[in-house]
Amino acid sequence: MSHLSTQLASGQFVVTAEIAPPKGTNLAPALAEAAKFEGITAVNVTDNQGANMRLSSLALAAQLQQAGTETVLQLTCRDRNRMALQSDLLGAAAFGIENLLLLSGDHSKFGDHPDARPVFDLDSVQLLDMTAGLMAGFDMVGKPLDGVPNFFPGAAVNPAAEPFELMFQKVSKKIDSGARFFQTQSIFDRDALERFMAAMIPLNVPVVAGVLLIRNAKMARFLNDNIPGVKVPKVLLDRFDRAVDPLAEGVAIARETVGWARELCQGVHLMTLGHEDKIPAILA
Amino acid sequence: MIISELKPLEELQQALAEFDKLFLVGCAACATTCKSGGEEEIFKLQEWLTEQEKTVTGSVVIDEACHIMRAARDLRHHKNAVQEADAMVVLACGSGVQSISSTIEKRVVGGLNSMFLGNVRRFGHYEEMCSLCGDCILNETAGICPVTTCAKGLLNGPCGGMEDGHCEADAEIECAWRLIYERLQKQNRQGVFARRVPPKNWSRRRQPGRYRLKDGGR
Repeated sequence: MSHLSTQLASGQFVVTAEIAPPKGTNLAPALAEAAKFEGITAVNVTDNQGANMRLSSLALAAQLQQAGTETVLQLTCRDRNRMALQSDLLGAAAFGIENLLLLSGDHSKFGDHPDARPVFDLDSVQLLDMTAGLMAGFDMVGKPLDGVPNFFPGAAVNPAAEPFELMFQKVSKKIDSGARFFQTQSIFDRDALERFMAAMIPLNVPVVAGVLLIRNAKMARFLNDNIPGVKVPKVLLDRFDRAVDPLAEGVAIARETVGWARELCQGVHLMTLGHEDKIPAILA
Repeated sequence: MIISELKPLEELQQALAEFDKLFLVGCAACATTCKSGGEEEIFKLQEWLTEQEKTVTGSVVIDEACHIMRAARDLRHHKNAVQEADAMVVLACGSGVQSISSTIEKRVVGGLNSMFLGNVRRFGHYEEMCSLCGDCILNETAGICPVTTCAKGLLNGPCGGMEDGHCEADAEIECAWRLIYERLQKQNRQGVFARRVPPKNWSRRRQPGRYRLKDGGR
């Protein structure tokens, strides 16, 4: 049983963080960064994040597990067909990886290989279904597995998405397909989070709220223009524009968001993008 | 119809560099309608080739270049002009080019890029709505194809990149799943949202496609 699953089951407020594999084979900086995390239950390892080609999330997650850091392996449908997804999941289990974040994946056009053929042989609901099948001992065509993986599958959601009912029907499908927890897209709007959590409570699946540390107004505007599903609202843009120390303002905003999550959710997922040293301040 | 467009002229110039005498073939079906390979475009191509100091030995616009036997028959009517040419330049979709290349020994140069099976929104505006996947789900999705009109071809609802009901891959395009959701609501039915849609059977789209009518179509 992973720490993430036991802590969520026991109602402990969990904190996850995020680490991106390198562009290249030098794992040392990523491993050193992970070793510095304090008070973190598990570290998400991103999968060709933003459709930018990097070392495989499975390889870094395996190394982190061996070094004693619990991981959440992110796996997207963008770059692999159903056969590759199944074999990577079995490979992950062989390395002792249990926590999964199963995603559709950003479109290839956003990344550094825009000419690549996007795969999307499965969608995230089907990927969750397939994972449940592997855990029950069978591959997608019903063939029995010799050695059965034990996963704690999670899924993603954007609580602020509109129309709400359309977004939420997919959440329900993901739960029916075996999602045991959710990690959310970056939260900027308390009302949207409240509405989402009101709908989630009866379903009894823990929600780990995404908190992104924004460094300055420029980064906020970049996110709005370039990152799918991320909308930094005007009131926050104004705060960054007025701030004397924008990074300190970003930490303050992240800390407020963590406060909402402590009230409403079961944990936070911190995306600090190189400012891991700010994590204690964000959690304070 | 099949939407196609003229290749960049520099590319065509290179492909034709080794030839002097050319026979031109257009198509009266799709390539005429989307103005890439009809009479008018064959005429323009002829003018351009003349500027390039090439000789055009003749031309024909075939009724349906994708019909292999008819394409061969139409070319036979131009036997001498075809014989005289070093190569054929075909302004038709990839199917049309291959009808010609499979019926003639001469070198065949395709002049178009074939893009998609398109609907006509209005004159000169084409949209892909069907990707010929062989496993149609339209009856459940209120007549809107997510396999084609969702940039990721998702089958169980929108991705996390939907913003204000628009597509993450192209903000000018409305999210296919939002359109499906709204039309199903108007029709007062759940449709595809009533079930988890299983992974698609892509063996229905195994290439190259082959299909024969039962009893030879009688």
